[in-house]
Amino acid sequence: MNEKTITTKERLAIPRQVMPAQDPEVRIHNFNEVHLGYSPEAAILEAQRCIQCKDPVCIKGCPVNIKIDEFIKLIAHGDFLGAARKIKEDNVLPAICGRVCPQEDQCEKTCVLTKKYTPVAIGNLERFAADYERETGNVELPRVKPPTGKKVAVIGSGPAGLSCANDLIQLGHAVTVFEALHELGGVLMYGIPEFRLPKEIVRTELEGLKKLGVQFVTNSVVGRSLTVDELFEEEGFDAVFIGVGAGLPWFMGITGENLLGVYSANEFLTRVNLMKSYDFPKHDTPVFNCKGKSVAVFGGGNTAMDAVRTAKRLGAEHAYIVYRRSMAEMPAREEEIHHAEKEGIEFLLLMNPVEFIGNDEQWLTGVKLLRMELGEPDDSGRRKPVPIPGSEFVLPIDMAIVSIGNGSNPLIKQTTPEIEVSRRDTIVVDINTMATSKENVYAGGDIVTGGATVILAMGAGRTAAKAIHEKLMGTDRGFNEW
Amino acid sequence: MYKIVSAIFLAENIKKIEIEAPRIAKKRKAGQFVMIRVGESGERVPLTIAGSDPEKGTITIIVQGMGKTTRELNSREAGETINDIVGPLGTPSHVENFGTAVSIGGGVGTAIAYPTAAALKEAGNYVITINGARSKELVILENEMKAVSDEAYITTDDGSCGFHGFVTQKLQELIDSGRKIDYVLAIGPIPMMKAVAEVTRPYGIRTVVSLNPIMVDGTGMCGGCRVTVGGETKFACVDGPEFDAHLVDYKNLSDRNKLYLPEEQQSSEGFTHRCRLAGKA
Ligand SMILES: Cc1cc2nc3c(=O)[nH]c(=O)nc-3n(C[C@H](O)[C@H](O)[C@H](O)COP(=O)(O)OP(=O)(O)OC[C@H]3O[C@@H](n4cnc5c(N)ncnc54)[C@H](O)[C@@H]3O)c2cc1C
Ligand SMILES: Cc1cc2nc3c(=O)[nH]c(=O)nc-3n(C[C@H](O)[C@H](O)[C@H](O)COP(=O)(O)OP(=O)(O)OC[C@H]3O[C@@H](n4cnc5c(N)ncnc54)[C@H](O)[C@@H]3O)c2cc1C
Ligand code: SF4
Ligand code: FES
Repeated sequence: MNEKTITTKERLAIPRQVMPAQDPEVRIHNFNEVHLGYSPEAAILEAQRCIQCKDPVCIKGCPVNIKIDEFIKLIAHGDFLGAARKIKEDNVLPAICGRVCPQEDQCEKTCVLTKKYTPVAIGNLERFAADYERETGNVELPRVKPPTGKKVAVIGSGPAGLSCANDLIQLGHAVTVFEALHELGGVLMYGIPEFRLPKEIVRTELEGLKKLGVQFVTNSVVGRSLTVDELFEEEGFDAVFIGVGAGLPWFMGITGENLLGVYSANEFLTRVNLMKSYDFPKHDTPVFNCKGKSVAVFGGGNTAMDAVRTAKRLGAEHAYIVYRRSMAEMPAREEEIHHAEKEGIEFLLLMNPVEFIGNDEQWLTGVKLLRMELGEPDDSGRRKPVPIPGSEFVLPIDMAIVSIGNGSNPLIKQTTPEIEVSRRDTIVVDINTMATSKENVYAGGDIVTGGATVILAMGAGRTAAKAIHEKLMGTDRGFNEW
Repeated sequence: MYKIVSAIFLAENIKKIEIEAPRIAKKRKAGQFVMIRVGESGERVPLTIAGSDPEKGTITIIVQGMGKTTRELNSREAGETINDIVGPLGTPSHVENFGTAVSIGGGVGTAIAYPTAAALKEAGNYVITINGARSKELVILENEMKAVSDEAYITTDDGSCGFHGFVTQKLQELIDSGRKIDYVLAIGPIPMMKAVAEVTRPYGIRTVVSLNPIMVDGTGMCGGCRVTVGGETKFACVDGPEFDAHLVDYKNLSDRNKLYLPEEQQSSEGFTHRCRLAGKA
């Protein structure tokens, strides 16, 4: 079809292009990426489904307002590189966001086709354009402005820190990123598994930043190895951005939570992803041997889905999701739930754990579950689960993974008390600038919002970069004079 | 990469290693530790900072070869490097002038207790140290401990050096002799720490132990290092590693430390095998 002459009716008649994926039977035995990406033909067809609205409401659904209609049009015309560069005007990590953003709650939710048809696969197209640019070796390094002589420290190398560093280095500031772990990338590296986000993609992004001149210092825990005040006074930084992410995992506070075989999702995923214990004994760090075992993951978010699918890949015979509410309330990305079902994950919905049970050697042997039913909507607007009295039963399991969220990282608060925090210990900022209550200190990402998304963290990093630049160059309008 | 400046065995299987790490050397306080990853495919393990030289920019660790990682570390020599060190981690020891303070170390626990014993002395305490080992050959830091003690005792299980018996017996002897003891720090194998807690409990002596759960990040991210103290879950890498000896659930700690026994054995045997092939051990 010639792009210029396709009628709206013809566009609407094209079915949403399904992205090919590894067969579930095969992929549960490997850690390779599940989705295989669009072919150029499929991408063009999918792009042709977009009716190029006068008022592209999809853009309003995107937290960083990518010019969606424009980049899709470029794909429809076969200008894949042009599309990638268009996206990058607003999103510095499109290969990552195309894979992990909850599009069904964002751009694809607001797309006009959603009501009557199926939405344009905006996420898949974003991913396609970014992969095309990278795989054909066409990623161009942006031009860096002449040095300003200003130095900015970025704490944490997750999406918030990386996007802030990316903007600041291009504006001509010297940027140093301090990371607590021995590896860079934050949750993109140690949380989200390879089968959803190949680490090679994250490494390519990091290489790009290094080429632009960003300095990375691993093994540096700000608050312990050095403090925010020392960054200013001893290391001569002019501004600091804090992007340290979420903190300690929450546990459920029920009996038996310290039995052998009970993990937090953070620990399980860190062992497998960061420490590569799937490759034990070639890598030294061990993890619970899931082979032939029954593993239950408690929670319904992305982290829970990642944990349960990882356990399956490590050979678990039964891999359960135990969730208090019903499928409709599950916060995980739709696609992940769908993939999990295909992979044979067993969903135990409307059930709440009340006790972990162990044997004489303190190894976990089961969990007592209580059945729930949905009552009135709660504060979050979701229907509140209420227990059904007398409905307890014991599910035999060998391993439990608790995935019910995280608290906030306390280190910065302890060592820099003048940075205001909320009752939940998240850092309080002016949302227009991401400025904290301490002069020249900015913050963004999960440490501000609590556990959220990659794209929100990235957006916050960019907002802060802009404000830091204006402040350092003396062009701000004083809205951060606290 | 972090360079090893010196490495010498203090006793069989216990090595003192000085490493270049200027930032840590400047910041560390008694009771804090580092996480070390020896090589590219290595595990992250916690090791107490036994001392530092801020001017030289070095820290010292004292390592007992237990399994793969610690034995690999102990096979390194001066001039070689290790991949990663991060720290100082953990809450520093609470040090004040308590009056009379007793520092008890068992095995490599002596090395872990040493910096805090020194800090207690500096804070004006009358410091008594009791350092236990299985036998004479395994006694470490004898002179260092003497230098920071007003009274220093050594105990050995076989009587080959110092007092013949356990550290707890020596402690009981001191208490029975009517000495007023205000503070006890005990670091060593879990059964030893539990036994010290039982000795001091009836007298209400403030007693602190340093716990050694299995850690991964050591920065308060994974929740793997959780211990039960006073019925509550605590995270040893941020809330500890020191806790009130009378409130710790020792059974839970020793059970949890057995989580990876088969895997640890497998790694250890693999390491021994490779050493033999290389003609090293
Ligand atoms: C398993 C899992 C799956 C997820 N799946 C999705 C998904 O599909 N889609 C989505 O949009 N979101 C997902 N999320 C959420 C998303 O990853 C986070 O919202 C996002 O990574 C937050 O970015 P950040 O930069 O604020 O923090 P992080 O990515 O957490 O990075 C913070 C970094 O700071 C470092 N750090 C911490 N403290 C210090 C310190 N004191 N000094 C120096 N460095 C420090 C940390 O080691 C870390 O590297 C998922 C999260 C998890 C855990
Ligand atoms: C806060 C703290 C301070 C410590 N300080 C010292 C010290 O100064 N000198 C010293 O010799 N030892 C110290 N240890 C103990 C030391 O970390 C372990 O001996 C070491 O991790 C064993 O690793 P491995 O591979 O050699 O042995 P493995 O064969 O893997 O394990 C032997 C035993 O060590 C423990 N262990 C294993 N992996 C870990 C891990 N990742 N984290 C913690 N414990 C683990 C387990 O109980 C295990 O049974 C300390 C531990 C903690 C928690
Ligand atoms: S709302 Fe949907 S159809 Fe309209 S421009 Fe955006 S993607 Fe295209
Ligand atoms: S070791 Fe991970 S939280 Fe303590």
